Amino acid sequence: MIVYLNGKAYEAFPGEQVLQVALRNNVYIPHLCFHEKTGKAAKCRACVVEIEGMPGLKTSCNVPVTNEMRVTTNSQQVLEAQRLVIDLILSSGQHDCLSCEQNGNCELQDAAYYLGIKKPSFQLYDNDYTIDDSSEFISVDRSRCINCGRCIVGCNQTVVNEVLNWGNRGFDTKIVFDTDLPMGSSTCVQCGECVQLCPVGCIIDKRSIGSGRTWELDKVETICPYCGVGCRLEVHVDRKHDKIVRITGVEDAPTNNGMLCVKGRYGFDFVQSSERITTPLIKENGKFREAGWEEAIGLVASKFNAIKKEFGSDSIVGLASAKVTNEENFVFQKLLRKEVGTNNVDHCARL
Amino acid sequence: MKFYRSHILIGIDDASLAAGVKEIEALLRNELQKNNLSDEINILETGTLGHFGTGVSMLVYPEQVTYVNLKKEDIFEIVEEHFLKGRPLQRLILDRSLTQNYDFNYKRRIVLSNSGVIDPENIDEYLGAGGYEAWEKALTTMKPNELVDEVKASGLKGRGGAGFPAGLKWSFTAPIVADQKYVVVNADEGEPGTFKDRLIMEGDPHKLLEGVMLCAYAIGASKAYIYIRGEYKLCIHRLEIAIAAAREYGILGNNIFGSGFDLDIFIKVGAGAYVCGEETALIESMEGNRGTPRSKPPFPGVAGAWQKPTVVNNVETLANIPAIIKNGAKWFAAHGVDGSTGTKVYTIMGDVNLPGLCEVDMGTSLRTIIQQYAGGMIEGRTFKAALVGGAAGVFLNDTLLDVHMDYNSLREYAAVLGSGAILVMSDTVDMVDMLWSVLRFFRHESCGKCNPCSKGTALLFKLIDGIRKGKGKDSDLEQLIKVSNGMQKTSFCALGQSPCMPIASAINNFRQDFLTRINVK
Repeated sequence: MIVYLNGKAYEAFPGEQVLQVALRNNVYIPHLCFHEKTGKAAKCRACVVEIEGMPGLKTSCNVPVTNEMRVTTNSQQVLEAQRLVIDLILSSGQHDCLSCEQNGNCELQDAAYYLGIKKPSFQLYDNDYTIDDSSEFISVDRSRCINCGRCIVGCNQTVVNEVLNWGNRGFDTKIVFDTDLPMGSSTCVQCGECVQLCPVGCIIDKRSIGSGRTWELDKVETICPYCGVGCRLEVHVDRKHDKIVRITGVEDAPTNNGMLCVKGRYGFDFVQSSERITTPLIKENGKFREAGWEEAIGLVASKFNAIKKEFGSDSIVGLASAKVTNEENFVFQKLLRKEVGTNNVDHCARL
Repeated sequence: MKFYRSHILIGIDDASLAAGVKEIEALLRNELQKNNLSDEINILETGTLGHFGTGVSMLVYPEQVTYVNLKKEDIFEIVEEHFLKGRPLQRLILDRSLTQNYDFNYKRRIVLSNSGVIDPENIDEYLGAGGYEAWEKALTTMKPNELVDEVKASGLKGRGGAGFPAGLKWSFTAPIVADQKYVVVNADEGEPGTFKDRLIMEGDPHKLLEGVMLCAYAIGASKAYIYIRGEYKLCIHRLEIAIAAAREYGILGNNIFGSGFDLDIFIKVGAGAYVCGEETALIESMEGNRGTPRSKPPFPGVAGAWQKPTVVNNVETLANIPAIIKNGAKWFAAHGVDGSTGTKVYTIMGDVNLPGLCEVDMGTSLRTIIQQYAGGMIEGRTFKAALVGGAAGVFLNDTLLDVHMDYNSLREYAAVLGSGAILVMSDTVDMVDMLWSVLRFFRHESCGKCNPCSKGTALLFKLIDGIRKGKGKDSDLEQLIKVSNGMQKTSFCALGQSPCMPIASAINNFRQDFLTRINVK
């Protein structure tokens, strides 16, 4: 079907919302609460547009497209309404970009830039929130929160950890962990889904603070090294200092849909650890020495052969790892059954 | 049936309970018995007698004498003088000079026809007053769609505030095929100054139940919930008694009157949030979630409570239904004016002689309501403004006193009928204080779901608070109007869309009040 955005025709598909069609076609409409994963919420009200035949303004994130729909995203009325919404948000928190980690990667900043808002018109900020950095990996600064609710939907409906929710009402509405506990004392498992979804600088990676601006970092896509699920992730690398700054999940990945666990997202310090083993080691006279792969594998094979000869195949057992892929586990059981000749093979996930 | 020479109606409502009506009633019974009058004089508990600020009051028939502000010690004198000697005790009678024009309008009452007349805790009295005849008529002689058509033809509009045609609402849900449909009664009366639903439920709970039953039959719902605010203890108590009695009489339950139709009604007590008067927030709250509005569409008529088709109606709307079904749409439409049929219950407060409630035809002028049904302005005070429709209403000035109170006439002045609250203010009231109070209410009641409302109401309050404290600027007035208009365009639900109405009407009609406050330094 066809949808007209500001007079220009675009192709749209049934079930899509107006905002989705616009974003897919690079027609920017300010939006803060909508996220492909958490869906439409119509809470932030920044995405209001005019739609022919509908009274007043409509939030484009929750109006399904119909054929020949005519949408105006840039009229005086629309921009003025959007400006008020963004202005009110900017006036109600501590949205100073200078030292914010999300500077350059902030959806509120994008909206303010698009609407030409230089500074907030009002002063409504009077909550004296302190930064909650009680948890291991995540820092929460509620003075930057815009109550978009993405983190709450993510926590409850995407990763289903059910830690985050709303507290208080009206102007004092805020995100809370469990019964308004510090994050570190709550039942949070630090999966970081909320960090990934936060459009502003409210919920951020604690250990990345001060270690590089978003535009200075190279994004490298790879697969998580931890378990066999194979989550796709993006490593943000500071090339100048040859350092990993943070890791995020890849949003449209079929395996993990942007989600990661605490290990995948935050367990990356081993990569540059001085204690990391980089070559095989062989113990001789109670001491390890570095060796090549050929030598190491050859040694293991000869020892196994000797054991097999002396005590029989069933004296050997293989325990496979959940850290490797299904394919690797398949090869492993084949090694045990065909080369060693035993059915003594099991997997750690069975324990 | 026993013959009594006199009947005493004692008004039991929250106010009189607080004033100790139960003790006084017990004392009265005791005194009557002592004087061997128990067989001659009957005491009936009923709902409110319709006037307020008068403590414990009672109405004595056949003399039609209303005693007000009764204390325990007065009882001995009343029994002695009135019931033994036949001389009504003048000093405790409601001042007749106030009430010489007063009119309870019983002849035209629909919703409150039984309130203050029957004992609300006795189903037999409701049956005796013609109750449940419409229910019996509907179940035994009418098809559900005939009910919908009848209500449509009556022109009844929702009495909760928005004024959506009730029959039309039903007609969206009635044809939907679903394994379960619900009727939800919005009894979360939260609009400041509105207490009509409380008086309907306190005075005549069965009328509401009958309305619910008819609605349930019309749309094919087998379960109904009354979402009632927790402060309404007496309403909850009387509704519970009424539901139990209806079940016992077979008026509720399975296979009612042998028709094969099943229905049960449940009470759900709310925790007291203004926003839960919004139908989708009400449903969220009823389901046990945080009371915040839902995105529409889907409308509750299609996917409401537990995602099933649900009709949400206000108490007063449903209390109109029995009379419509019993007497027909034409009879109903003969009340009121074109486009606004029927009657409306108003709750009148402020600087009037007889604050209270009245039920009058739609289209009655504001002046008539104040003069005839509220006893006029308090002596020595002149009318300045009326806030019509509660906090989400508009301030009318004296040039609009003759406005007809119906949906279309009020719309001409950008006003709304709303919930039917009328707050009358005399020249002793400063509009800055009034608007401050209204905006403080909005700030307090914003649910926090959407940005324009949660932040906007805080900003509006900050601006008016500055003006009130003498720190305001002329530009603040334009700012108030501009921001509230922006909120009207962008807010999620009616709560954030409403402050523009009191703000614009207060500033436009009473600008001088604001300028005076701004210029006093």
